Amino acid sequence: MNSTATLATRRFRPGFWTAVFAVTFIAFAIVTVMRFTKGLGAVTNLSDQFPWGLWIGFDLLCGVGLAAGAFTLTAVVHLFNLKRFEPIVRPTLLTGFLGYGFVIVALLLDLGQPWRIWHAMVYWNPHSVMFEVAWCVMLYTTVLALEFSPIVFERFGLHAPARLIHKFITPLVVLGVILSTLHQSSLGTVYLIVPSKLHPLWYSPLLPLHFYISAIGAGIGMVVLESYLSKRAFGRHLEMDLLEPLARGMVVALGIYGLMRIQAIYRNHAFGTLLDFGYEGRMFLLEFVMGVILPVVLMSFRRLRSHPDWLVGGAFLAVMGFVMNRLNVSITGMEAASGIRYIPSAMEIIISVGLVATGMAVFAFAVRNLRIFPEGPVTEAQIPEEGA
Amino acid sequence: MGMGLLIDATRCIGCGACSSACKEQNKLPAKVEEVLTAYTWTTVQEREGLNVRRLCMHCEVPTCASVCPVAALKKTPEGPVVYDSERCMGCRYCMMACPYEIPKYQWDRPVPVIGKCIMCAGRVKDGQPTACAAACPAEATTFGKKEDLIWEARTRIRSKPGAYVDHIYGLAETGGTSVLMISNIPFEKLGMKTNLPSDPPAQRTWQVLSNIPNFVGVWGAFLFGVHWITARRDDVAKAEDHTNGRGGRS
Repeated sequence: MNSTATLATRRFRPGFWTAVFAVTFIAFAIVTVMRFTKGLGAVTNLSDQFPWGLWIGFDLLCGVGLAAGAFTLTAVVHLFNLKRFEPIVRPTLLTGFLGYGFVIVALLLDLGQPWRIWHAMVYWNPHSVMFEVAWCVMLYTTVLALEFSPIVFERFGLHAPARLIHKFITPLVVLGVILSTLHQSSLGTVYLIVPSKLHPLWYSPLLPLHFYISAIGAGIGMVVLESYLSKRAFGRHLEMDLLEPLARGMVVALGIYGLMRIQAIYRNHAFGTLLDFGYEGRMFLLEFVMGVILPVVLMSFRRLRSHPDWLVGGAFLAVMGFVMNRLNVSITGMEAASGIRYIPSAMEIIISVGLVATGMAVFAFAVRNLRIFPEGPVTEAQIPEEGA
Repeated sequence: MGMGLLIDATRCIGCGACSSACKEQNKLPAKVEEVLTAYTWTTVQEREGLNVRRLCMHCEVPTCASVCPVAALKKTPEGPVVYDSERCMGCRYCMMACPYEIPKYQWDRPVPVIGKCIMCAGRVKDGQPTACAAACPAEATTFGKKEDLIWEARTRIRSKPGAYVDHIYGLAETGGTSVLMISNIPFEKLGMKTNLPSDPPAQRTWQVLSNIPNFVGVWGAFLFGVHWITARRDDVAKAEDHTNGRGGRS
């Protein structure tokens, strides 16, 4: 794995990424207009047999999950008082905030009548997991905005409100951790209600716990990945002294999660479904071997964990394993019961890619204008090229 | 227990009068589609030589009503599970969750709503039978009090041994439904879901949701406790540093 060395020396052609982003945004805008004028059926491959697709599986489930680094790190720094991790809290908070922004935009596109999104605040149904999800999105986005706000306040020299937030940081972080715990797990609870539909390789009464713990593992993986991407894009150094112990936390989270998954499959008597090496079995093995077992084994070795290339590789595997799990639960595992094979349309993919691109562009903008990294806003001179 | 429908697949002649009556009653586009859609709330499909009606089962504890975040779907005391299109924001969790795959969506419309059989809730409330039951020329669909219908179904099964499968579909499935079906061919061969739990799926999520208040209390106390301990440990360490003359408070 000498990829980092080659990647670090490779320079993007100026303007190339700007063009890619521009094309993506234009395509995104066109699909959005089509979606609201012609309806969901015209732009998506969703149907009565398969009502939830890529936008739920990727944009929503993964957007929320990969934002889990934010509550994990704020808890580590502010509640467990491990202050040395403070330098990486801000980029993680930014990622979390962008992740939730990503989710809200995706929701506005996926809901049949998004202009009624406020109905969840007025017409209550506490028996609905979706009701819990809706409130968690609203409240935790607010908490993230408050946790992030001092960074914006200090940019404009507004010290009084920044101090006020700082005074209430402990209850704010506690609230954030509680809401995140509820929200991450509730996305698993969503699937508790389909015992007759979700494939036994993924269904478990403990799905909420699976979702919660895997989000912590992948959230840490995202912290490592985003440090690496910042390093590449803005010529920053990798904080190995902080990322190495974080990777240890990732091993613990993913290890517990892996055991729980094995226990769930044993309990469902579903190991047999792996023997015929069918569609679900192959997708499961890809997800579980590549995305859970491999990163746990690799990152268990201090020598590999301490090496930037291996560390980034391990984090990448964990994040990919997480994304695959969410897609498997929401798509692969539901296909057999639906009787059809769902493949997202090009336009669904354009929206998802467009949202990722928007997230990256906003991240780059924030990093240039706010003190996200300890050394302050990244100046143009430090940036090798346009785009993130 | 409310009202219900008893559908006897052995009696159905497949004339489709129920579908047409449903279209008229609910002011739906006249064309009867082959499968359920947002515009066709009941169909008759031929399976194994029988004519099998498809429609909402009107669960006693409806999964759709339990998952709807805005309570647009509701079980009425008379039996029907009704839908309020004015509340619906289109999350489609009902479609995802329904064990019978009944709610369908208007995918072709920019302002879409769900479509599903509402068991002619207005008529039922006024003491009238559903449009489909009133239209059925073969008494294959019978409207009545659910307890009477169960008695009727049991009588038919017992009085002619071998003429029916000894199972009333909907009596136990997902905690019971207001629509009951009997047949002389096993239900899985008719395309009915037979892997359904006998407890309402809604219980599984409620077990988790009902524990949220406890969880928030315990988890919140734990997190504040952790903060209190670690912060105190820091203070103690600082104080010791100070008294030992190794630096002191900064």
